[in-house]
Parts: sequence; C-alpha cells; structure tokens
Amino acid sequence: MELVGRLRDGDEDAFVMLVARYHQPMLRLARSMVSSEAVAEEAVQDTWIGVVRGIERFEGRASFKTWLFRILVNRVRSAATREQRNAPAESPQAVDPARFDAQGQWADPVERWPQQSDDRFEAAMWAPILKAALEDLPSRQRTVVVLRDVEGMSSEEVCSVLGISAGNQRILLHRGRSRLREMLDADWRRG
Amino acid sequence: MLLLRPKDIACRQAVELVTDYLEGTLSRGDRRRFEFHIRGCPNCSAYLEQIRMTIQATGTVGEDDLTPEARDDLVNLYRRWKSK
Repeated sequence: MELVGRLRDGDEDAFVMLVARYHQPMLRLARSMVSSEAVAEEAVQDTWIGVVRGIERFEGRASFKTWLFRILVNRVRSAATREQRNAPAESPQAVDPARFDAQGQWADPVERWPQQSDDRFEAAMWAPILKAALEDLPSRQRTVVVLRDVEGMSSEEVCSVLGISAGNQRILLHRGRSRLREMLDADWRRG
Repeated sequence: MLLLRPKDIACRQAVELVTDYLEGTLSRGDRRRFEFHIRGCPNCSAYLEQIRMTIQATGTVGEDDLTPEARDDLVNLYRRWKSK
C-alpha cells in the first residue's frame, strides 16, 4: 500500500490518513476486548507509536490492516490480562430451546421482519439496539462479530488477527450473530 | 435416488447450521439437506433471512467518525516521536 511506503519515509500526511482510516476501527476492536475505556485508548495509542516505530518490519505479506490489528490485539492482551471483560454465561444454542416443540420444529411461527424497502425497516434504525446487544455479548464473540460484520474482515484475516482456529472463529461468530438476531427479533416483536 | 424431506433435519438443527452455510463450510450433503429444509420450511427460511438482515444491520454500527481532538492528539504524538 502506497500510504505505508510514505509512512516509512516519515510523511506526516500519510500518518494522518492512516489514523483517519483505522483509528475508530481500532478503538472498536480494543473496546470489544476490555471494559476500561482508558485501557482501550492507551492500547490504541501505543499501537500507533509501535507502528511508526516498527513500520520497517511490515513486510506486506498480510494486509496492513491485519498487521495493525494484530499488534493492537497483542497490546490489549498484555495491557489488560486482568482487565478482560467479564464473560456473561454463554448460551450454546442459536435459538432459545423453548421455541421448539418436542420434535425440534418451531413451536410458533417465525415472523418475518419488514423488508428494507419497507420504510419501517432501516438497518441504521437498529444501530442503537445492536450496539447495546453487542455490549451484552461475551467478549470473544463480540470481538469476532465486530471484526467480521462491522469491519468486514474475512474469516482468514480474523483468525490471523486473533490467533484462533477457523473452527473456533465460526463458533464464536455463530453464537454472536445468533444472539444479535434474537435481540433484534425481541425488539421487533415488542413493536 | 434418495428423496429427502424437509423434516430430515429438524428446525432446531437447521438453525445451528446457518453460519456454516453462510460461510460455505458445510459438506455438500449437509448443504443439500439444509437448502432442502429451508425451501420447505417457511419458519427457517424467515430465520435465515433475519440472520442476513442482522449481518447487514451490524455493518452499519461502525459509522462514527474520528473526532478532531483525537486526531490532533495523535498527530502531536507523532511529532513528538519524530523529533526524538
């Protein structure tokens, strides 16, 4: 990436552009891992310093974003071994078992949500509910969902950033997304 | 030819396959069973659609901008580091 080359040459504008592009995503990632805002912000700042200092070590094998996020994950983990967000009890089922009958079929119909063309549904309208729902997820699920569905990273990138297996990534993603759907559905059904 | 009915997997199982299905990691047999079930089951089809909408909506929560203050802090940090 050209910006990275310019950063290597000590170009401040390149630094500013990288900050504009990645700072908020980095904060979101750090916040998904620790509850302390101060710890999250410090880890992100440290990462930026580490990046300008260590930019020669970036070899371009992974994407810059993956490299950056991997540094951040390491900083957050070492800054906050005791700060890790408490994990609420994990529910192993995608859907509350009470919603199925004895044969494993839906006991009551699943109501369709309004389509996007319907002006009652605006994806952005649900952002506040989703933000709250994300806060309620166990930390590891939240981090995976943030990287995959908010940042739009691929499963390979997420595995590389977090140092987890593809299978583990899928389980965390599955539980996280299932839980978010449940919260949105509860909200929709409340009206 | 083996004829599969939607009930060959229960809804309770189908909902657990949704992520693997969307990730493209189901075996061919499982994918066929899953898709067959979804076609015959309006509830699971609605469920799959809800998951897709959830993913789409989650993609919109990240649109907050960097504050000018935060940017200035970082630029100052950068200048301090460079002048060392």
